[in-house]
Amino acid sequence: MTETLLEIDDLHVAFDTRAGVVQAVRGVSLTVGRGETLGLVGESGSGKSVTAQAMMGLIDVPGRISGGTVRWCGTPLVGEGVRRAPRNIWGREITMIFQNPMTSLNPLMTIGAQLQEAVRLHLGLRGAAARTRAADLLNAVGISGAARRLDQYPHEFSGGMRQRVMIAMAIASEPRLLIADEPTTALDVTIQAQILELLAELQSQLGLSIILITHDLGIVAGLCHRVAVMYAGQIVETGAVDTMFEQPAHPYTQGLIRSTPLLDACDDRLVAIDGTPPGLLIPPAGCAFQPRCPVATAPCGVPQVLTPTGTGAVACCRAGIDAWKVGAA
Amino acid sequence: MIEFILRRLFQGALVVLGVTATVFVVTRLAGDPVALMLPLSATAEQRAAFSAQIGLDQPIWIQFARYAQDVVTLDFGDSLWQRRPAMEVVLERLPNTALLVATGLGGAVLLSIPMGAVAALRPGGLVDRLTTSLSLLGLAMPQFWLGLMAIMVFSVMLKWLPTSGFGTPAHLVLPAITLALTPLARFTMMVRAAMIDELNKQYVQTARAKGLTLRRILRVHTLRNILVPFLSISGWELITALSGYTVVVETVFGWPGLGLTAVQAIQRGDLFLVQAIVFSIAFMIVVIGILMDVISKLIDPRIELN
Repeated sequence: MTETLLEIDDLHVAFDTRAGVVQAVRGVSLTVGRGETLGLVGESGSGKSVTAQAMMGLIDVPGRISGGTVRWCGTPLVGEGVRRAPRNIWGREITMIFQNPMTSLNPLMTIGAQLQEAVRLHLGLRGAAARTRAADLLNAVGISGAARRLDQYPHEFSGGMRQRVMIAMAIASEPRLLIADEPTTALDVTIQAQILELLAELQSQLGLSIILITHDLGIVAGLCHRVAVMYAGQIVETGAVDTMFEQPAHPYTQGLIRSTPLLDACDDRLVAIDGTPPGLLIPPAGCAFQPRCPVATAPCGVPQVLTPTGTGAVACCRAGIDAWKVGAA
Repeated sequence: MIEFILRRLFQGALVVLGVTATVFVVTRLAGDPVALMLPLSATAEQRAAFSAQIGLDQPIWIQFARYAQDVVTLDFGDSLWQRRPAMEVVLERLPNTALLVATGLGGAVLLSIPMGAVAALRPGGLVDRLTTSLSLLGLAMPQFWLGLMAIMVFSVMLKWLPTSGFGTPAHLVLPAITLALTPLARFTMMVRAAMIDELNKQYVQTARAKGLTLRRILRVHTLRNILVPFLSISGWELITALSGYTVVVETVFGWPGLGLTAVQAIQRGDLFLVQAIVFSIAFMIVVIGILMDVISKLIDPRIELN
């Protein structure tokens, strides 16, 4: 395997609420290698965004890192014993773009000012040099008329254009890892495709690693090398994209793939996984998916551990069974 | 922009005209000006002569036409009390009020921003609770009482500062603080609430993800974004100060500004001086309103000036 850049080890994130402690992330371990695209998949509330925020040091009161570590090239960023994260990693080596480009930019600052802020901070450029670099960045993400666009405000840009600006800002420091938290969820389908294409292009040009957080399996299949599927704050299956789409091992992964609408099967009813994920105030002791799993048995009541398979790992004692075939159990 | 300012000036002129017309009607309805202005011992001949001298013997519409004509030329007649043009008195007293308001409100603005911002960093924390409690206290204390207490403590008991009057910087301290406390409390609460709002917005996450320090985020990003609501509330406080606070504070401290002069003019039945003062304040309020709109537009390009 290639050089490991980011390493997450047994990460726990908890939120202190009035009702009690919500355990949003419960022991997530991940690695991202150089030039690799990792897809982090899961439904709303599965903890994928919180994991990403923890990687960027963006967890704030009432949230806290309650265990585990995040390391960048061996240097701990968050976790036990880390008082202050080393400077110049967040925002320079690791950058992030967010779900909603409409609110991700400061409405009262010009695009140029916001881009130059990153350029000044990370590249040390000033004045005209910073402005030139900002214009180059806009060009790099496919925004034409950059010189004029720099003096415009976010409200003069469309959603897709704003996400391009966000990407330009995120690559300003020539980072090695880009975390993209549902970068296309708020955009039209055609714009989605353009943004994803742009990300793929930048990746091959810059040798960028990407963590792509999404609930859209189609995006994962098109862009990612590896996938990690999250459920109820844990990773239930990881593996290479090809293998996982062909032979998903975990019943939840199987259910997700089965419930993806297909164009050539439009006469069928869309299949769904019945039930809802468990609340994380009092997380289940055993397999979190057990109540919704068609092949659950008695041993599913004990905690499931990620066990290596051929190309990845799966946390399920019934792994490999075609769970959703009628009469499989 | 130019068109907007011209249109607002026109609207403002209508407002000022409306205010002056109201003052005209009220001062003439409120009682017989002649009786108010002449001593009780004046004879009927003296009254008639005085009435003719200031034009009160004419029909009301002619009086109003003359009055309107005077207003346009900024001539409000002679102050009966000071025996010189009313506008001259206003222009002489106005700088004193401006000094008091600028010191008091300026101080309140400069103090409230850091106080509110620090409180907003940890909502519910010790600093926040202290700031909020003090602000409520500040809002709850009426200025006439506060002014008297300040005189009692700092002038009478401690003898640090003069009780009242005008002339040295020391004379300015107590009135300015008394004037500033209510706006300071309101500003601080407003900055705190707006900052908390702003810090929870997505663009702040973006700024943090960029690697900016919290200090820079506060200074460059959130501060600019609370400026528009802050500006509207400070415009409002400025107007309130000019047309209300100063009347109380200047009276308590004997500060020879427009507010104290207004009280004295009313007490003396000095019709023309009252009219000149009300006109000047209405004019300032209109100008402040236009300035606030223009500055808001300069800060937030999304604002449509219509």
